[in-house]
Amino acid sequence: MFPSLNHYLILSAALFCIGAAGVLTRKNAIIIFASIELMLNAVNLAFAAFARHWGDVSGQIFVIFSLAVAAAEVAVGLAIIVALFRHKESVNIDDVNLMKW
Amino acid sequence: MNLTPILTPLILGAGAIVVLLADLLAGKGNKTVAQVVALAVIVFAGIATVAVWGRGGPAFYGQVSGDGFASFFNLIFLLVAFLVVLTSPSYLKRSGSNYGEYYVLLLLAVLGMTFMASGTDLLIIFLGLETMSISLYVLVGFHKQRPRSNEAALKYLLLGAFFTGFLLYGIALVYGSTGSTNLEAIADYVKAASTPLGGYMGIGLALLLIGLIFKIAIVPFHFWSPDVYDGAPTPVTAFMSTAVKAAAFAAAMRIFYHPAMTLGIPWDKALWVLAVLTITVGNLAALSQSSIKRMLAYSSITHAGYLLVGFIARNELGASGMLYYLFSYGFMNVGAFTIAYLVNRRGDGSYSLSDYAQLGARNPVLALLMSIFMLSLTGIPPLAGFFGKFYVFSAAVQAGYVWLVIIGVLNSVISVFYYLRVMVIMYMREAEDLKDLERVPSVGFAALVCGLAIVLLGLFSGSLLEVARNSILTIL
Repeated sequence: MFPSLNHYLILSAALFCIGAAGVLTRKNAIIIFASIELMLNAVNLAFAAFARHWGDVSGQIFVIFSLAVAAAEVAVGLAIIVALFRHKESVNIDDVNLMKW
Repeated sequence: MNLTPILTPLILGAGAIVVLLADLLAGKGNKTVAQVVALAVIVFAGIATVAVWGRGGPAFYGQVSGDGFASFFNLIFLLVAFLVVLTSPSYLKRSGSNYGEYYVLLLLAVLGMTFMASGTDLLIIFLGLETMSISLYVLVGFHKQRPRSNEAALKYLLLGAFFTGFLLYGIALVYGSTGSTNLEAIADYVKAASTPLGGYMGIGLALLLIGLIFKIAIVPFHFWSPDVYDGAPTPVTAFMSTAVKAAAFAAAMRIFYHPAMTLGIPWDKALWVLAVLTITVGNLAALSQSSIKRMLAYSSITHAGYLLVGFIARNELGASGMLYYLFSYGFMNVGAFTIAYLVNRRGDGSYSLSDYAQLGARNPVLALLMSIFMLSLTGIPPLAGFFGKFYVFSAAVQAGYVWLVIIGVLNSVISVFYYLRVMVIMYMREAEDLKDLERVPSVGFAALVCGLAIVLLGLFSGSLLEVARNSILTIL
């Protein structure tokens, strides 16, 4: 049968890695944030595929919860980025350098 | 419907809404109402926790369990939250960010933690962790006029959300290989599986563990913690370095102490390396700090390493020792941060060690309390810090990790240097300008409570260990 569970899992893993690469390489805080969202949604895809595989709804319920959590995280995250922008006039993480890493 | 297992979080959730309303009705400028109501909510939740201690049992189709383990951790979170709320207003007033939402967020963070400790389903643990984290992202950046606080919040948020992705992926893989998110059902499936699960399940559990030890700040996932602890408002730092670590350890113990979860994977070897790295890196970095806040941040990394030693031991003494350690560590660290805040008279966030010069002459009580905290963090008997270390180390010896304990003890010796340096500065060094410290009764009271608690917990260490031993029966 095409597409099978493995196809979804490969797609999900690929999206997750693209998101992780985005977090590690990009400098703009908003792009990094978008990349994190991509990672979370890649996981949601895996959840939905597993739920279908097991014929069990708890995976789909998990997707709904994780979407809600991601939305809350975005709301807080963008507020923090705006607060930072007021000080620095920049959202580049290279400018976030008051403390050593 | 049996609500006993979620009584504490219910009170906290309802209480957070009451605080929000009370703050609204009290009008602008009057934030004492919010603080008093928040304290009342915490005390009420604490009484409820003790009243139903360990009698919750599993509920909601096995999604939460109000066993003694959850009750013990709830008490830790509530005690730390109480002390933090007590000390917060003067800091918030000084920093010009005295808003009632602070207390609401703090209560919601504790609400998330209680679910991390009582959740027996990965969904509940995940939601608890996120409730806690999202509240903390805001709390870290609460001092929004100060760029350092903003930066700390951004770092914590980006890294926290990044590692949430790993945690979630881990849960997805565990769910995928077992068909359930319920810990009991997962364990049953693993036991019944005829073929070894390996692959997905192992990777899933590893990612889950990474997500949790990020919150505890175990090396190599510690790089955020000194900056975040440094930039966050001091009461929030005290809260994060104690309660958050306790919550993440609670979730890790719940998930990984189940015998079926080992899957024949040598977790202990991997964690052995991480524990050694954590203890050593934290210690060496703490040696060279000139700011007490950063020094305490690195020292809390080291203490997380000691706790990990107890976690690796994976026996009864190790688990109950960890509970004892986390309980007493809450008082030690909150007390130390409280005094750090009182002594930082410039209020500019530098928290320089040189501010402590001649504190022994200027304010003997404060100096004595700080000495107690420093000696307890070092692990000098008969204070509580000594017994915490003693229990986790002897558990590790029982389990056969002798080298781990030797490295741990050697590191404790190194740590004597930077803890006692504070005392040397307090009692020996001449101060250039003698200024009187600001007197804040509620903060002083909190420090006094912490000091007394450390002495008493040290003297009656056996009784608390006994309570801890009874609390862990359901998870081992």
